[in-house]
Amino acid sequence: MNHMKKLMALLLALSMVLSLAACGGSDSGSTESAPAEGEAAEAAPAEGEAAEATEAAPVAGDGVALKIGGIGPTSGAAAIYGTATMNGAQIAVDEINALGGMQFELNWQDDEHDPEKSVNAYNTLKDWGMQALVGTTTTGPALAVSAESNVDRIFELTPSASSPDVVNGKDNVFQMCFTDPNQGTASAQYISEQALGSKIAVIYNNGDAYSTGIYNKFAAEAAELGLEIVSTTTFTDETANDFSVQLNDAKNAGADLVFLPIYYTPASLILAQADGMGYAPKFFGVDGMDGILTMEGFNTALAEGVMLLTPFSADAEDELTQNFVKTYQERYGDIPNQFAADAYDCVYAIYNACQQAGITADMSAADICDALIATFTGDFSFNGVTGEGMTWDANGEVSKSPKGMIIQNGAYVGM
Amino acid sequence: MNLLLNTINGISLGSIYAIIALGYTMVYGIAKMLNFAHGDVIMVGAYICFCAMSYLSLPPVVGVVMAMVVCTILGMVIERLAYKPLRSAPSLAVLITAIGVSYFLQNAALLIWKSDPKVFPSVLAGIPGLEFFGGELRLTAVTIVTILANIVIMLALTTFTGKTKTGKAMRAVSEDKGAAQLMGIDVNRTISLTFAIGSGLAAIAGVLLCSAYPTLMPTTGSMPGIKAFTAAVLGGIGSIPGAMLGGILLGVIEIFARAYISTQLSDAIVFAVLIVVLLIRPTGLLGKKITEKV
Repeated sequence: MNHMKKLMALLLALSMVLSLAACGGSDSGSTESAPAEGEAAEAAPAEGEAAEATEAAPVAGDGVALKIGGIGPTSGAAAIYGTATMNGAQIAVDEINALGGMQFELNWQDDEHDPEKSVNAYNTLKDWGMQALVGTTTTGPALAVSAESNVDRIFELTPSASSPDVVNGKDNVFQMCFTDPNQGTASAQYISEQALGSKIAVIYNNGDAYSTGIYNKFAAEAAELGLEIVSTTTFTDETANDFSVQLNDAKNAGADLVFLPIYYTPASLILAQADGMGYAPKFFGVDGMDGILTMEGFNTALAEGVMLLTPFSADAEDELTQNFVKTYQERYGDIPNQFAADAYDCVYAIYNACQQAGITADMSAADICDALIATFTGDFSFNGVTGEGMTWDANGEVSKSPKGMIIQNGAYVGM
Repeated sequence: MNLLLNTINGISLGSIYAIIALGYTMVYGIAKMLNFAHGDVIMVGAYICFCAMSYLSLPPVVGVVMAMVVCTILGMVIERLAYKPLRSAPSLAVLITAIGVSYFLQNAALLIWKSDPKVFPSVLAGIPGLEFFGGELRLTAVTIVTILANIVIMLALTTFTGKTKTGKAMRAVSEDKGAAQLMGIDVNRTISLTFAIGSGLAAIAGVLLCSAYPTLMPTTGSMPGIKAFTAAVLGGIGSIPGAMLGGILLGVIEIFARAYISTQLSDAIVFAVLIVVLLIRPTGLLGKKITEKV
């Protein structure tokens, strides 16, 4: 008897330890499943090309090129994001150099989505003589690197590190992407403006800062706009299997639109289970939904009619986007995702700001940093592939209007 | 109506836990060790079936058989390499080794199949489920098959361990390894066979798990594995009918907690129930009280 009790105590302790271990495990799982197209394998050969292109970057014009450093994971679990940003930035640099005016030189370093390696990459770039930084691609490393660049006075523009903490309290750091919570506000406004639904259900991951942040802002803005939220349910990475309760709750409450501020992996299960129970509301996602169509084996018919809000749409009609998509496809054989577009815009934003501020390549990094901060927080406005009339506040957060997209016949179509 | 719906959803979820728990309890009951790598063997089984169906375009039945063969071999190899050398070591050492094996399998899967999630093609695609009340209540084909599989496996295992010679040898080994050896039972072979059966069951569980919840990642097996372990303890670890009862109960409790109390607290409630049950009945619901004579 005594033995049995001891054994049970041991079992319980172990099961707790294991649940903790499992939490750790699934955390890394969710980083891996962050939004992006899942084509790491195809992106890999492109990496080599880009590296060559970097080496061959022309140092023409006045004889000196402005040295732009780039940091992002081009290997490891988050390689798809880093590779996309590297490719996007490289296209922009090559285009700018072809114009013949001011010349840029891009040096991209891999950080494997690891804060420590990211700081090492940053130091390598500093030794190389970097004058401005495009990076880092992912949030964790960005927090580490932005602290360094703030001390060193090097201007930093991140394409996709979306946490508000990346820019908070650092006057030299700016974002090209939305901060996570702002997507919630934008989504509520979009749903309200387009009258997409009158009764709204929300299913979010309350174990995830990204999802919870968007939900909180969404709920606040929805209350403001008079949108009726009839059902709010949650899940965690540990319970991201069965969504029958959440979907039934939404269905019984009569929700005609379900807002999913979550990543595409649980979203794919929600879509499949809703289909299985014959519930067909409108589904509305955020940028975490981007990537659902490229999941291996996913039945894209399930995602038919799913709407999502994202700053970049590869099939937008404007010339800027079409040229970018065409060049990207020719060079890397892939449709560019949001990350590539963000990085492309980063380089152009720095280029335009340099023009406006009269920055030249022979200035020191600190002088360039001051001049760029003054320009970005001034009356500078930028039109890119991820939005028009972008402006930045003193905090470093961008303001731009996102584009609504809808999935039709297995492809994103602008709304 | 809602109550009925939630009960059915709970049974669907619970039947998946139950089928995993059967493998856990089988190995624990005979070898007296917790094979924490069981959840990851499930994941490997699901990947094998996925590869067979998606890459080699084989019919689902062949995929399931392939998964069972690979998992059975994998289970025996794990037992031979990782657990057998520790047979006389303290049980804590074996537990830690099992956790190590679990992480090894997860990382190996990460290397082989990469981190991006795959959508598992249902092995029962095209088979309609049952509908009641004009579609208000649905019992999917996966749920029906899972419950049937549970019953079949439960009966087969009970008969096997109770009636056959090898099964009797297994029970003898579980009661006293030394004495069993003196009686002429090949203890190593018997334990190896136990792992083979447990891992073969894991393959079936993996296929059914991923047919019900079709996202396949290297970590797919870990959380259901822990829940199933909980279910096995709840039902009385080592007891075959207990595993099934525990699994179904756990699923129903989880869904009820989510539906009627809080989606945020559902896991906390599930584990609280486990603690209460163990306080009242330390051996679990159907667990046998073993008196050890000195």
